[in-house]
Amino acid sequence: MNAIPRDSRLRYRCQLRQGAEERRADTHPLTWRLREDGARVGFEEYREKEGYRGAAYTLERCTPDEVIDTMKRANVRGRGGGGFSAGVKWSLTLVGDQLPRGYLLCNADEMEPGTFKDRLLLEQQPHLLIEGMIIAGYANRSRYGYIFLRGEYVEAARSLALALEEAREAGWLGESVNGSGFDFDIALHTGAGRYICGEETALINSLEGKRANPRTKPPFPGQSGAWGKPTVVNNVETLCNAPGVMQHGAEWYQGLSDGLSEDGGTKLYGVSGLVERPGLWELPIGTRGREILERAGGMREGHTLKTWLPGGGSTGFLLPEHLELPLDFDTVGDHGSRLGTGLLTVVSERQSIVALLRNLEQFFARESCGWCTPCRDGLSWVVKLLQALERGEGEPGDIELLEQHATDLGPGQTFCAHAPGAAMPLESAIRHFRADFEAGIVHSVLEGGS
Amino acid sequence: MMSQIPSSSAADTVDTVDTIATDGFQLHEEDRRAILEERGRYEQPRAACIEALKIVQRRHGWVPDGAIVAIAETLGVGAGEVEGVATFYSLIFRQPVGRHVILVCDSSACFLTGFEALSAALSRRLGIHFGQTTADGRFTLLPVCCLGACDRGPAMVIDEDTFGPIAADVLEELLEAYP
Repeated sequence: MNAIPRDSRLRYRCQLRQGAEERRADTHPLTWRLREDGARVGFEEYREKEGYRGAAYTLERCTPDEVIDTMKRANVRGRGGGGFSAGVKWSLTLVGDQLPRGYLLCNADEMEPGTFKDRLLLEQQPHLLIEGMIIAGYANRSRYGYIFLRGEYVEAARSLALALEEAREAGWLGESVNGSGFDFDIALHTGAGRYICGEETALINSLEGKRANPRTKPPFPGQSGAWGKPTVVNNVETLCNAPGVMQHGAEWYQGLSDGLSEDGGTKLYGVSGLVERPGLWELPIGTRGREILERAGGMREGHTLKTWLPGGGSTGFLLPEHLELPLDFDTVGDHGSRLGTGLLTVVSERQSIVALLRNLEQFFARESCGWCTPCRDGLSWVVKLLQALERGEGEPGDIELLEQHATDLGPGQTFCAHAPGAAMPLESAIRHFRADFEAGIVHSVLEGGS
Repeated sequence: MMSQIPSSSAADTVDTVDTIATDGFQLHEEDRRAILEERGRYEQPRAACIEALKIVQRRHGWVPDGAIVAIAETLGVGAGEVEGVATFYSLIFRQPVGRHVILVCDSSACFLTGFEALSAALSRRLGIHFGQTTADGRFTLLPVCCLGACDRGPAMVIDEDTFGPIAADVLEELLEAYP
């Protein structure tokens, strides 16, 4: 039925930019097992490459609390963009003899604009995720895991379905995982669109077969999540860090970012936009933006860097001088933005910032679930104001109105982080490039003559 | 295979229900079975409704009114709830679509690398805008959230295949592959 062959150059194939010679087991825990040909690492190959050793050690030698303690000391921070300590999150999960064992949900709903990292792990190395989920499930006393995968990731769905079957056959899922007495299984759940599903409480509603509106917190998912049971939601990359931590220890993991950051481990960093070689690399967390941009070959000929987003559409714009900063959660946070997903979107001097911001806000307006008024109505208003500025038909006061929105859509005004996410590029774009916005305002004769 | 997932359903199933007919819509027996199987993967039957909508859509291309009622009855939930879900999710189609659905990524990375030129070329070539279907019923054109193909933008999906980067001169070759 389909005339485009599987190996056609037209098809999108995700690929790590780093060659095998650079990726070593002791320095690149997320990617050293990946194949040069980009094919899925199957169960046997994963096992041969030290696979499931972290999970084996965990189940044989550790109590759940020891796992949590190790993850805390390793300082694995949430790679979905929030940056919250995974170990601390796990320590907040309610457990007890009188309580039912709950759920471990893997957030594989990758849809953050400019983010293409989890796709690589899901398609090419699903067993690392499964191993991470076994460790997380054990630490949180979860009974079942679900991988919440976005519907468009068809290749990842195939890859995960195969890997889950392989793991189950080999005794790594199901009753008494690897003979440990710990029962745990994982199911794949595929979504049907909508960015908001990536918000953890909206994800839980979606899993339960409801509209993906976020829930009020508290109660937090760790107290009452999916079907009212203690529930942990972690991003794909976060979970993929757990096997290395448990195999080699918290000190080793901390050492991976030695001298660069207080955060532990490595990070999948990437670059998109008008650069010579857009792509994805595994680097120590805290690597400077400059080095990442250099790996991408710098800007394309004829373009210079105007601004950049450090980690997706819901992070604030940074300036070229910020490329010297170590890209970790705290440092980027201290400079008016967020690390987010760590995938850089770079913007050329030739790009209108008002048009790009309009594109970003259109995304957030369309993807608002409609639950809270400021988000539902405010974002559409922001889009209209930006469209007017883009046409050169803005009115005096529009910029101040946009600034007011950036405040009113900020943290604490809405149920979830969707609107605050939309406010970040809005606020920072006006702060850095006010003149570009002013150029879109029609100046009245009176104003000119006064 | 997923029998270990706690299911509220297997025992309370109304297994005697024959093919449900609503507004002339017939839930295919195979689909009904698939939906019941999905239901067993979750703690509560309602959780299977998104997958149920996708099952129906795979067969019919979209989700007609009658299917909402049929799914609701199969899962034992309200039709209003199923409709609420069906209208929330962007990949569930509540009106007929073309034989092939084109999802064009309109997020920031593709915006910076040629989304506008690509969507204009598609509109010109197909004679439709976003949200429309060609008169011959061959293509429906829709925008989609960041496809996670940012290193090779502009990107788009046709049916289940992701392509990128798409230069103007390969568009024809791509479309030709979907008769």
